[in-house]
Amino acid sequence: MQLRTEVSEVGGWTVVTVHGEVDVATAPELREVLVRLVGEGSAHLVLDLDQVDFLDSTGLGTVISALKRARTHGGDLRIVCTQPRIARLFQITGLDKALPLLPDVDAAVAGA
Amino acid sequence: MAVVELEIPARPAYLSLVRLVVDAAIGSLAPGMSPARLDDLKIAVSEACSNAIEAHEAATVLEDPVVVRCVIEEDQVTVQVVDQGRGFDPDRLEALPAATDPRRLRHESGLGIPLMRTLADEVAFTPADNGTTVTLVVYRPATTS
Repeated sequence: MQLRTEVSEVGGWTVVTVHGEVDVATAPELREVLVRLVGEGSAHLVLDLDQVDFLDSTGLGTVISALKRARTHGGDLRIVCTQPRIARLFQITGLDKALPLLPDVDAAVAGA
Repeated sequence: MAVVELEIPARPAYLSLVRLVVDAAIGSLAPGMSPARLDDLKIAVSEACSNAIEAHEAATVLEDPVVVRCVIEEDQVTVQVVDQGRGFDPDRLEALPAATDPRRLRHESGLGIPLMRTLADEVAFTPADNGTTVTLVVYRPATTS
């Protein structure tokens, strides 16, 4: 399955909804979208992972990279993820401590 | 015991196929394994295959296949990923900082092996002169019949 992203704006944040599989084959495509958005001035990003079918360590690396890039540009990155099988990877690697997983886009935009 | 073996070209585009085959093979030959455990195994196998493909790229042996072998036994499922790269020593990998350490976010790579170690019940890395074999084992629950 291919990776597909949708970009929208909610409350001043740029929401990137990811569909499909994020692995070594597709992560560069996601990275490119996120780099482009930050480069265009959209450094306040919400990454919605609730439609993702598969994510591996390369996907986690892409998220870390985007978070650092957003913060370097004065923004931030927030993650929406309620799928236990995806959330588990953030928990195993401890990334959920640095990057809390939020239940929906509204919570992410509100900074809840 | 049932054995399902797949050879893939050392290209990331084939990772998705590996996951499909592992899913189908174990789903049909190892009934009773929970979807969550099957997901864990698929992630671990995908990580091992990603490393194998990277090893082939590093050793410029892209024409040699990566072998994925699923062995389904009554009490466990074993998946071996055999590459023909240069091999590596997993014990020499840098340890990740603690989750609460701000330096944790410096690590964009190196997450695959810790994931494999957590997701599988047993993991073994067997380096050889002509590549590495990663063995991932997930235990099967006892069947009640």
